Amino acid sequence: MKAFIKFDFNTACKKILKEKLEECGIKHRILGFGEVEFLEKVSPEKLNLFSKLLDPYGIEIVKNQKTILIQKIKDAIVDMVFNENISVNVKSSVYLSEKLNYSYGHLSTLFSEVTYTSIENFIILQKIEFAKQLIINNELSLTEIAFKLNYSSIAHLSSQFKNSTGMTPSAFQRVIIKRKELINKNNP
Amino acid sequence: MTTEYITIYLADDDADDRLFFTDAFDELKINTKVSTFNDGVDLMNHLNDPDAILPNVLFLDLNMPKKNGLECLLEIKKNEKFNDIAIAIYSTSSTEEHIEETFINGANIYIKKPNDFETLKKILSEVVTINWQYHTSNLNKDNFLMRM
Repeated sequence: MKAFIKFDFNTACKKILKEKLEECGIKHRILGFGEVEFLEKVSPEKLNLFSKLLDPYGIEIVKNQKTILIQKIKDAIVDMVFNENISVNVKSSVYLSEKLNYSYGHLSTLFSEVTYTSIENFIILQKIEFAKQLIINNELSLTEIAFKLNYSSIAHLSSQFKNSTGMTPSAFQRVIIKRKELINKNNP
Repeated sequence: MTTEYITIYLADDDADDRLFFTDAFDELKINTKVSTFNDGVDLMNHLNDPDAILPNVLFLDLNMPKKNGLECLLEIKKNEKFNDIAIAIYSTSSTEEHIEETFINGANIYIKKPNDFETLKKILSEVVTINWQYHTSNLNKDNFLMRM
Protein backbone atom coordinates (compact mmCIF):
# COMPACT_ATOMS: atom_id res chain seq x y z
CA MET A 1 0.00 0.00 0.00
CA LYS A 2 1.24 3.46 -0.79
CA ALA A 3 0.13 6.91 0.11
CA PHE A 4 1.19 10.08 -1.58
CA ILE A 5 2.08 12.93 0.61
CA LYS A 6 2.06 16.56 -0.24
CA PHE A 7 3.83 18.88 2.11
CA ASP A 8 4.66 22.45 2.58
CA PHE A 9 8.29 23.01 3.62
CA ASN A 10 7.66 26.44 4.90
CA THR A 11 4.89 25.40 7.29
CA ALA A 12 6.77 22.30 8.40
CA CYS A 13 9.99 24.15 9.14
CA LYS A 14 8.22 26.94 10.94
CA LYS A 15 6.38 24.42 13.10
CA ILE A 16 9.62 22.63 13.98
CA LEU A 17 11.34 25.91 14.76
CA LYS A 18 8.48 27.04 16.95
CA GLU A 19 8.39 23.75 18.89
CA LYS A 20 12.13 23.68 19.45
CA LEU A 21 12.28 27.33 20.44
CA GLU A 22 9.57 26.72 22.97
CA GLU A 23 11.34 23.61 24.20
CA CYS A 24 14.41 25.75 24.87
CA GLY A 25 12.29 28.44 26.46
CA ILE A 26 13.49 31.14 24.10
CA LYS A 27 11.17 34.08 23.55
CA HIS A 28 11.08 34.61 19.84
CA ARG A 29 9.34 35.76 16.73
CA ILE A 30 9.54 33.84 13.48
CA LEU A 31 10.07 36.46 10.83
CA GLY A 32 9.62 34.43 7.73
CA PHE A 33 11.45 31.76 5.92
CA GLY A 34 14.86 31.22 7.40
CA GLU A 35 14.85 34.04 9.91
CA VAL A 36 14.11 34.02 13.60
CA GLU A 37 14.34 36.95 15.92
CA PHE A 38 15.22 36.26 19.56
CA LEU A 39 13.30 38.61 21.81
CA GLU A 40 15.70 38.17 24.69
CA LYS A 41 19.40 37.64 25.21
CA VAL A 42 20.11 33.98 24.51
CA SER A 43 22.98 32.35 26.39
CA PRO A 44 25.51 30.32 24.38
CA GLU A 45 24.30 27.19 26.23
CA LYS A 46 20.73 27.76 25.15
CA LEU A 47 21.80 28.49 21.61
CA ASN A 48 23.85 25.33 21.60
CA LEU A 49 20.87 23.28 22.84
CA PHE A 50 18.65 24.88 20.23
CA SER A 51 21.12 24.05 17.51
CA LYS A 52 21.40 20.41 18.74
CA LEU A 53 17.62 19.98 18.73
CA LEU A 54 17.45 21.20 15.14
CA ASP A 55 20.26 18.98 13.93
CA PRO A 56 18.19 15.78 13.40
CA TYR A 57 15.92 17.72 11.04
CA GLY A 58 18.81 18.88 8.91
CA ILE A 59 18.28 22.43 10.07
CA GLU A 60 21.23 24.47 11.20
CA ILE A 61 21.92 27.98 12.38
CA VAL A 62 23.87 29.84 9.74
CA LYS A 63 26.84 31.62 11.14
CA ASN A 64 28.05 34.41 8.99
CA GLN A 65 31.57 33.43 7.93
CA LYS A 66 32.50 37.04 7.37
CA THR A 67 31.51 38.04 10.88
CA ILE A 68 33.52 35.21 12.33
CA LEU A 69 36.66 36.15 10.40
CA ILE A 70 36.28 39.83 11.34
CA GLN A 71 36.16 38.83 14.99
CA LYS A 72 39.33 36.80 14.51
CA ILE A 73 41.10 39.77 12.93
CA LYS A 74 40.05 42.00 15.82
CA ASP A 75 41.17 39.45 18.40
CA ALA A 76 44.53 39.09 16.68
CA ILE A 77 45.00 42.88 16.63
CA VAL A 78 44.12 43.24 20.30
CA ASP A 79 46.53 40.43 21.08
CA MET A 80 49.24 42.09 19.02
CA VAL A 81 48.81 45.49 20.68
CA PHE A 82 48.38 44.35 24.26
CA ASN A 83 50.80 41.45 24.30
CA GLU A 84 54.41 42.51 24.63
CA ASN A 85 55.76 39.11 23.74
CA ILE A 86 54.74 39.38 20.15
CA SER A 87 57.82 40.50 18.34
CA VAL A 88 57.71 44.20 17.63
CA ASN A 89 59.75 43.79 14.51
CA VAL A 90 57.10 41.96 12.56
CA LYS A 91 54.95 44.17 10.37
CA SER A 92 51.30 43.99 11.35
CA SER A 93 50.26 42.97 7.83
CA VAL A 94 52.66 40.02 7.91
CA TYR A 95 51.60 39.11 11.43
CA LEU A 96 47.90 39.07 10.62
CA SER A 97 48.19 37.24 7.37
CA GLU A 98 50.39 34.53 8.91
CA LYS A 99 48.24 34.16 11.97
CA LEU A 100 44.95 33.94 10.07
CA ASN A 101 46.19 32.24 6.96
CA TYR A 102 44.72 34.66 4.46
CA SER A 103 46.40 37.19 2.25
CA TYR A 104 46.54 40.63 3.82
CA GLY A 105 44.69 42.04 0.82
CA HIS A 106 41.74 39.77 1.46
CA LEU A 107 41.66 40.52 5.19
CA SER A 108 41.99 44.22 4.59
CA THR A 109 39.19 44.44 2.00
CA LEU A 110 36.82 42.35 4.10
CA PHE A 111 37.58 44.35 7.23
CA SER A 112 36.89 47.70 5.58
CA GLU A 113 33.70 46.38 4.03
CA VAL A 114 32.17 45.20 7.30
CA THR A 115 33.49 47.51 10.02
CA TYR A 116 33.46 50.89 8.23
CA THR A 117 37.09 51.35 9.14
CA SER A 118 40.45 50.00 7.99
CA ILE A 119 42.74 47.54 9.74
CA GLU A 120 45.36 50.30 10.01
CA ASN A 121 42.91 52.62 11.75
CA PHE A 122 41.70 49.87 14.01
CA ILE A 123 45.28 49.16 15.12
CA ILE A 124 45.79 52.85 15.89
CA LEU A 125 42.50 52.92 17.79
CA GLN A 126 43.57 49.94 19.89
CA LYS A 127 47.00 51.42 20.58
CA ILE A 128 45.46 54.71 21.67
CA GLU A 129 42.98 52.84 23.88
CA PHE A 130 45.89 51.03 25.49
CA ALA A 131 47.71 54.32 25.94
CA LYS A 132 44.58 55.74 27.63
CA GLN A 133 44.48 52.86 30.08
CA LEU A 134 48.14 53.32 30.90
CA ILE A 135 47.69 57.08 31.32
CA ILE A 136 44.79 56.50 33.71
CA ASN A 137 46.72 53.93 35.72
CA ASN A 138 49.35 56.61 36.21
CA GLU A 139 52.15 54.14 36.80
CA LEU A 140 54.16 54.91 33.71
CA SER A 141 55.39 58.22 32.36
CA LEU A 142 54.44 59.22 28.83
CA THR A 143 57.95 58.40 27.67
CA GLU A 144 57.62 54.90 29.09
CA ILE A 145 54.18 54.51 27.52
CA ALA A 146 55.52 55.60 24.14
CA PHE A 147 58.30 53.05 24.43
CA LYS A 148 55.96 50.27 25.55
CA LEU A 149 53.64 50.89 22.62
CA ASN A 150 56.51 50.95 20.20
CA TYR A 151 56.37 54.61 19.20
CA SER A 152 59.64 56.10 18.10
CA SER A 153 59.24 59.06 20.43
CA ILE A 154 56.92 60.72 22.90
CA ALA A 155 56.15 63.30 20.22
CA HIS A 156 54.97 60.58 17.87
CA LEU A 157 52.66 59.14 20.53
CA SER A 158 51.32 62.58 21.45
CA SER A 159 50.61 63.53 17.87
CA GLN A 160 48.83 60.26 17.11
CA PHE A 161 46.87 60.64 20.34
CA LYS A 162 45.89 64.17 19.37
CA ASN A 163 45.02 63.09 15.86
CA SER A 164 42.81 60.31 17.05
CA THR A 165 41.06 61.97 20.00
CA GLY A 166 41.44 65.69 19.26
CA MET A 167 43.06 66.25 22.64
CA THR A 168 46.50 65.90 24.14
CA PRO A 169 47.33 63.04 26.51
CA SER A 170 47.55 65.47 29.42
CA ALA A 171 44.17 67.06 28.65
CA PHE A 172 42.71 63.57 28.53
CA GLN A 173 44.24 62.72 31.88
CA ARG A 174 42.97 65.94 33.44
CA VAL A 175 39.40 65.31 32.30
CA ILE A 176 39.37 61.73 33.57
CA ILE A 177 40.73 62.78 36.98
CA LYS A 178 38.22 65.62 37.34
CA ARG A 179 35.41 63.36 36.25
CA LYS A 180 36.31 60.85 38.95
CA GLU A 181 36.44 63.62 41.55
CA LEU A 182 33.00 64.77 40.47
CA ILE A 183 31.54 61.27 40.69
CA ASN A 184 33.07 60.78 44.15
CA LYS A 185 31.68 64.11 45.26
CA ASN A 186 28.19 63.19 44.05
CA ASN A 187 28.26 59.72 45.62
CA PRO A 188 30.03 60.15 48.93
CA MET B 1 20.95 38.79 6.74
CA THR B 2 19.77 41.38 9.18
CA THR B 3 20.90 44.89 8.47
CA GLU B 4 22.23 46.75 11.45
CA TYR B 5 21.31 50.31 12.09
CA ILE B 6 22.88 52.95 14.21
CA THR B 7 20.23 54.95 15.98
CA ILE B 8 20.98 58.65 16.22
CA TYR B 9 19.23 61.47 18.04
CA LEU B 10 19.80 65.16 17.59
CA ALA B 11 18.40 67.86 19.84
CA ASP B 12 18.79 71.30 18.30
CA ASP B 13 16.41 74.27 18.22
CA ASP B 14 17.72 75.57 14.89
CA ALA B 15 15.67 74.14 12.01
CA ASP B 16 18.44 74.74 9.44
CA ASP B 17 20.98 72.90 11.55
CA ARG B 18 18.61 69.97 11.93
CA LEU B 19 18.10 69.79 8.21
CA PHE B 20 21.84 70.01 7.52
CA PHE B 21 22.40 67.24 9.96
CA THR B 22 19.82 64.80 8.57
CA ASP B 23 20.98 65.54 5.01
CA ALA B 24 24.56 64.74 6.00
CA PHE B 25 23.52 61.39 7.41
CA ASP B 26 21.52 60.55 4.31
CA GLU B 27 24.70 60.82 2.31
CA LEU B 28 26.86 58.60 4.52
CA LYS B 29 27.29 54.94 3.69
CA ILE B 30 26.62 53.82 7.25
CA ASN B 31 23.04 52.77 7.92
CA THR B 32 21.55 55.20 10.38
CA LYS B 33 18.13 56.07 11.71
CA VAL B 34 18.05 59.69 12.71
CA SER B 35 15.43 61.31 14.96
CA THR B 36 15.50 65.01 15.73
CA PHE B 37 14.07 67.03 18.61
CA ASN B 38 13.45 70.76 18.81
CA ASP B 39 14.45 71.34 22.40
CA GLY B 40 15.67 69.68 25.57
CA VAL B 41 12.22 69.04 27.01
CA ASP B 42 11.08 67.34 23.83
CA LEU B 43 14.23 65.18 23.90
CA MET B 44 13.97 64.18 27.56
CA ASN B 45 10.29 63.30 27.22
CA HIS B 46 11.15 60.98 24.40
CA LEU B 47 14.14 59.39 26.18
CA ASN B 48 12.01 58.74 29.24
CA ASP B 49 9.29 57.04 27.25
CA PRO B 50 9.66 53.34 28.17
CA ASP B 51 8.87 52.29 24.59
CA ALA B 52 11.52 54.47 22.99
CA ILE B 53 14.42 52.89 21.17
CA LEU B 54 17.42 54.51 22.80
CA PRO B 55 20.04 56.02 20.53
CA ASN B 56 23.60 54.79 20.11
CA VAL B 57 24.72 58.37 19.77
CA LEU B 58 22.97 61.51 20.97
CA PHE B 59 23.98 64.88 19.54
CA LEU B 60 23.18 67.71 21.89
CA ASP B 61 23.14 71.39 21.10
CA LEU B 62 24.12 73.41 24.17
CA ASN B 63 21.98 76.50 23.61
CA MET B 64 18.36 75.43 23.50
CA PRO B 65 15.20 76.96 24.95
CA LYS B 66 13.29 75.37 27.85
CA LYS B 67 16.05 72.97 28.79
CA ASN B 68 19.60 73.50 27.57
CA GLY B 69 22.12 70.89 26.53
CA LEU B 70 24.08 70.86 29.75
CA GLU B 71 20.90 70.28 31.78
CA CYS B 72 20.00 67.37 29.52
CA LEU B 73 23.51 65.96 29.85
CA LEU B 74 23.36 66.07 33.65
CA GLU B 75 19.93 64.44 33.68
CA ILE B 76 21.02 61.70 31.31
CA LYS B 77 24.16 60.95 33.28
CA LYS B 78 22.11 60.51 36.46
CA ASN B 79 20.05 57.69 34.98
CA GLU B 80 21.71 54.29 34.57
CA LYS B 81 19.27 53.38 31.86
CA PHE B 82 21.18 55.73 29.56
CA ASN B 83 24.67 54.41 30.30
CA ASP B 84 25.18 53.02 26.82
CA ILE B 85 24.41 56.22 24.97
CA ALA B 86 27.42 58.06 23.63
CA ILE B 87 26.88 61.80 24.03
CA ALA B 88 28.21 64.25 21.51
CA ILE B 89 27.97 67.94 22.27
CA TYR B 90 27.27 69.77 19.06
CA SER B 91 27.66 73.45 19.53
CA THR B 92 28.87 76.76 18.18
CA SER B 93 30.08 78.19 21.47
CA SER B 94 33.37 76.76 22.55
CA THR B 95 35.66 78.23 25.12
CA GLU B 96 38.20 75.80 26.51
CA GLU B 97 36.53 75.86 29.91
CA HIS B 98 33.16 75.13 28.39
CA ILE B 99 34.47 72.16 26.49
CA GLU B 100 36.26 70.66 29.43
CA GLU B 101 33.22 71.14 31.64
CA THR B 102 31.04 69.09 29.31
CA PHE B 103 33.63 66.31 29.21
CA ILE B 104 33.91 66.25 32.98
CA ASN B 105 30.15 66.03 33.22
CA GLY B 106 30.15 62.95 31.05
CA ALA B 107 30.09 63.98 27.39
CA ASN B 108 32.10 61.70 25.11
CA ILE B 109 32.50 63.93 22.12
CA TYR B 110 32.67 67.66 21.55
CA ILE B 111 31.97 68.94 18.06
CA LYS B 112 32.29 72.53 17.07
CA LYS B 113 29.60 73.10 14.45
CA PRO B 114 31.37 73.48 11.13
CA ASN B 115 30.43 76.13 8.60
CA ASP B 116 30.24 73.97 5.53
CA PHE B 117 28.38 70.83 4.64
CA GLU B 118 31.36 68.76 3.49
CA THR B 119 33.17 69.23 6.79
CA LEU B 120 30.01 68.33 8.66
CA LYS B 121 29.70 65.12 6.69
CA LYS B 122 33.30 64.22 7.37
CA ILE B 123 32.96 64.89 11.09
CA LEU B 124 29.71 62.97 11.48
CA SER B 125 31.08 60.04 9.54
CA GLU B 126 34.13 59.94 11.79
CA VAL B 127 32.08 60.15 14.97
CA VAL B 128 29.67 57.44 13.97
CA THR B 129 32.45 55.18 12.75
CA ILE B 130 34.46 55.46 15.91
CA ASN B 131 31.39 55.01 18.05
CA TRP B 132 30.64 51.91 16.05
CA GLN B 133 34.08 50.55 16.99
CA TYR B 134 33.41 51.18 20.67
CA HIS B 135 30.04 49.53 20.30
CA THR B 136 31.21 46.41 18.46
CA SER B 137 34.68 45.85 19.89
CA ASN B 138 34.13 45.96 23.65
CA LEU B 139 36.13 49.10 24.15
CA ASN B 140 35.83 50.94 27.43
CA LYS B 141 33.24 53.69 26.92
CA ASP B 142 34.45 55.53 30.01
CA ASN B 143 37.62 56.38 28.11
CA PHE B 144 35.78 57.55 25.02
CA LEU B 145 36.71 61.22 24.70
CA MET B 146 37.01 62.98 21.41
CA ARG B 147 37.19 66.55 20.21
CA MET B 148 36.62 67.63 16.67
